[in-house]
Amino acid sequence: MAELLALDEAVAELVHDGDSVALEGFTHLIPFAAGQEIIRQGRRDLTLIRMTPDLIYDQMIGAGCARKLIFSWGGNPGVGSLRRLRDAVEHDWPAPLELEEHSHAGMAARYAAGASNLPFGTLRGYVGTELMERSSETIAEIKCPFTGEALTAVRALRPDVGIVHAQRADREGNVQLWGIIGVQKEIVLASARSLVTVEEIVDELEPRPGAIVLPTWAVGAVAEAPHGAHPSYAHDYYDRDNGFYQRWDEISADRDSFQAWIEEHVLRTAGVT
Amino acid sequence: MTTKAEAAVSADEMMTVVASRALTDETVCFVGIGLPSTAANLARLTHAPRTVLVYESGTIGSKPRNLPLSIGDGELAETADAVVPVPEIFAYWLQGGRIDVGFLGAAQIDRLGNLNSTVIGDYERPKVRLPGGGGAPEIAAMAKEVIVIMRQSRRSFVDRLDFRSSVGYGDAPGDRKRLGMPGRGPTVVITDLGVLRPDPESRELTLTQIHPGASAEVARERTGWPLRVAEDLEETAEPSDRELRELRELRATLEEPT
Repeated sequence: MAELLALDEAVAELVHDGDSVALEGFTHLIPFAAGQEIIRQGRRDLTLIRMTPDLIYDQMIGAGCARKLIFSWGGNPGVGSLRRLRDAVEHDWPAPLELEEHSHAGMAARYAAGASNLPFGTLRGYVGTELMERSSETIAEIKCPFTGEALTAVRALRPDVGIVHAQRADREGNVQLWGIIGVQKEIVLASARSLVTVEEIVDELEPRPGAIVLPTWAVGAVAEAPHGAHPSYAHDYYDRDNGFYQRWDEISADRDSFQAWIEEHVLRTAGVT
Repeated sequence: MTTKAEAAVSADEMMTVVASRALTDETVCFVGIGLPSTAANLARLTHAPRTVLVYESGTIGSKPRNLPLSIGDGELAETADAVVPVPEIFAYWLQGGRIDVGFLGAAQIDRLGNLNSTVIGDYERPKVRLPGGGGAPEIAAMAKEVIVIMRQSRRSFVDRLDFRSSVGYGDAPGDRKRLGMPGRGPTVVITDLGVLRPDPESRELTLTQIHPGASAEVARERTGWPLRVAEDLEETAEPSDRELRELRELRATLEEPT
């Protein structure tokens, strides 16, 4: 059964220095409140895993939480660069950042393999690209045992901690989410420990078209974090704050303005995004 | 209503209109954010109303009224025929062979249509760390054909890529088959100056069409390899009033910073 915890308690209990941590949510339901709580608690040397690092990892990398990044597309969607990610890769600020780079299809296959308790996922992918050599520790050519054709294997991802956001949970800790569901289910099932932050905890989960339910016994902890996906969004709760994504380009443009923002909006607040 | 007389056609507008014309009706199109998404939506609003837009966030058949800023804006899900998980969109729909056209952009392209969206400079110590491959490596391999849209300059049309993120025609004709890629590869590259198509034999990108106001000379100057120009170079038709009106209305729906 999932424990119902306050967000700060949940992060303190589940996320430790040096852990591999995946905070997922494909554009939708990105767990910003949880990521910012990790910054507040000063976690270090994390291996951060996420298909699209997005603003949340830009913040965590800039705040010095990360040692390594496993990812497939590191931009600010529709806006441009992730400037803190670039500063870490290009200038080692605030610390050097090791990269393990994949494609979206490969990352999705790696999560699905992890959730399925397989050592690797299989796809037709990467062939002819330099990603194949660059990430050769986690990408390999294999031969189909039935047809003999060449395929690509990608090493399964089994994070120490998986964190996602969802619309709601009931008091038993059953979690319900809908809209773009991304890789939310795969992350929770692939990770050794998991935390789901939710917009609200309700008495009963009414059925929703297209919704999925993660049963309480498959979830580690649930924490209520209203507005916890902002500036991404929670379908039927609030819209994506596109204006903030555009403003982030300026906030993150230099180290001083970034640090001032983190100080004011993360370090000196408690769970409010 | 905005008419051509009121505002000149910008290079981006020309490129977007030409890209939208490249989509025929009832095409299933895997769309990246930015110019590809704008062009695909313009096609849907003009000559190709039954074009199916697939976004990598898992939305199939999205019909957004407002142009999305991200690949997963809520409106894409609300207006979709189906919303599927991300592993499924790549495995069942893209790899499964259900995508007719993949629409891609990149920072660099070479004469055989290979794309770089990863780094400028050395990988370990890059001059510019770009976002990375994202969905592109498998879209480039799996979509039945690929349309590339990018601005043409010596920095982007290069003799040698700094990193090969996605495969066009590889190092030589026949490479796609050898690598087991089911799709045909990039059949058209649309730029702010004109349109390039692969030579049927050598696969080398050749300028086959030029936009009004541009010239083969300028296109050569802005290409980092000796650009081949088709003998029967066509001129692109000016955007129609309807194309321009729909495009400008569409672009106006993108939220401005507040």
